Amino acid sequence: MPYDGTVRTGVSAGVRPAKLLVENVSKTFHTRRSSVQALDNVSLRVGEGEFVCLVGPSGCGKSTLLDILAGLTLPDSGKVSADGEPITGPGRHRLVMFQESALFPWLNAVDNVMFGLKMVPGLNKAQRREIAEAHLKLVGLEKFSRANIHELSGGMKQRVAFARSLAPDPQVLLMDEPLSALDAMTREQLYADIQRIQQQRKKTIVFVTHNVREAVCLGDRVVLLSPHPGRIREDFPIPLPRPRDINSVELAAYATRITAALKGYVKPEVAE
Amino acid sequence: MKRALIAAVFFIAIGLLWQAAVSAGLWSAVLLPAPADVWDYLVSAWDDGSLVQATGVTLRRLLIGYGIGLVLGIPLGFLSSSLEIVEDSLGTLALGLQTLPSVCWIPLALLWFGQTEGAMLFVVVMGTMWSVMIATATGVRTIPPVYARAARTMGSRGLHKWTRVILPASLPYLLSGMKQGWAFAWRSLMAAEIYVTILTGFGLGHLLHYGRELNAMDQVIAIMLVIIAIGLIADKLMFEPWEQAMHRRWGTGLRGSR
Ligand SMILES: Nc1ncnc2c1ncn2[C@@H]1O[C@H](COP(=O)(O)OP(=O)(O)OP(=O)(O)O)[C@@H](O)[C@H]1O
Ligand SMILES: [Mg+2]
Repeated sequence: MPYDGTVRTGVSAGVRPAKLLVENVSKTFHTRRSSVQALDNVSLRVGEGEFVCLVGPSGCGKSTLLDILAGLTLPDSGKVSADGEPITGPGRHRLVMFQESALFPWLNAVDNVMFGLKMVPGLNKAQRREIAEAHLKLVGLEKFSRANIHELSGGMKQRVAFARSLAPDPQVLLMDEPLSALDAMTREQLYADIQRIQQQRKKTIVFVTHNVREAVCLGDRVVLLSPHPGRIREDFPIPLPRPRDINSVELAAYATRITAALKGYVKPEVAE
Repeated sequence: MKRALIAAVFFIAIGLLWQAAVSAGLWSAVLLPAPADVWDYLVSAWDDGSLVQATGVTLRRLLIGYGIGLVLGIPLGFLSSSLEIVEDSLGTLALGLQTLPSVCWIPLALLWFGQTEGAMLFVVVMGTMWSVMIATATGVRTIPPVYARAARTMGSRGLHKWTRVILPASLPYLLSGMKQGWAFAWRSLMAAEIYVTILTGFGLGHLLHYGRELNAMDQVIAIMLVIIAIGLIADKLMFEPWEQAMHRRWGTGLRGSR
């Protein structure tokens, strides 16, 4: 069923208050040679504690939408709010895990995790270190807390970045393809970790991925976008019990349906 | 250890070639003194204290001038990278002045300050600060934007952002800018000492100048060697430890990966 442009809540979000609300947001980028409409009249509602996955082909505006939610980019028109307050800039309660590695090469692993904690009021240095070490342990890297960033593998870097965004205990996590550079084994481990952490810590998560199975495994909802201009096409609730196994048959059935829908939106673009 | 050995063998070989050229008698001893003559001059100048004193005077000027150049150049570089108005005004000026050979400052310095220590410092500062400013501004502009974005979402702003993100992120450029600034300061000072004959202190450049006046080639070559040695030692002492620490941290400049 095609997306009709109204704000829908999905199955599980019906009882939850809106944590993030995007209403009729449009964004066009102007470059010297052309202009690209990255988002066209996009509306999205994310409930408190909800896990929403954004899926869509490259260039459909997923990162742009995440930037707008983070407050790093302002929309041309439309409204975005968190807890009913308009988003006008970045806030410590909405942390981003960027698509490219944004760890600071001049700090070691634990100092990277501690960086975000400096801005949390009421913590002394010893407490910050303790929290940072605990989060490195959470992602299984307690042995590497003194390692320089370039000494870590791609997967380990992503884990440190995950620890860094979790440590200040934000209410909202915005994750841009955090797992796409990892091997299948590590990824499956992280699916389990992320689900566990979200259940324990009750985060609201918006998660961008190209991998439909991954989206179905993690998301309470999978939201499908299409490019040129970037639009929300469909919104699939995933009412599967947790913890979910990426290899389960039920999950595969959802993934197949969504992949079919995705192909429907991509093909005409390619033929153009 | 192996690399020190390579360097030692190389320099001994140059010395031997030099000695061979002298022994062959291709040039007169006035134009090409033997290594031993140069060494004798160095020993006597060391013994009578003139070399030590001149080196002291020169290094003091250099460090003060270079220090002022950094203190002015680095903040100006940061300003020019973040404020368009500074970039378009001072930044453009810096670009022009950076290409001006530092000798060209000397006539102006002499007219403004006369035969004083101030003239000397002025030339060194002018030789240093513009290139440091440009290197700093370039460094800040080259920082991957994702660092600044990540810092912003984590709530880093204002002074914290500048000291904890922008300064360390631009360190590789800053360091090479400081190194370049050092080389420029050294050059401008030597030019100034050769042209400005002042009574407040006798530096290495003056020794070089009087070596020429007296046709004392052994003195000229000896002082040139001292100047080269100071440049090398300064590089090893002041910049190499920083550079190596940075390379270890960032994982850059590893010979094995080239
Ligand atoms: N800063 C920018 N300047 C100009 N155009 C931009 C900018 N950022 C994004 N765009 C354009 O906006 C569109 C959406 O980009 P965006 O990065 O949001 O896509 P995406 O869905 O995240 O893609 P991917 O899956 O490849 O990461 C693209 O066509 C891109 O070229
Ligand atoms: Mg993207």
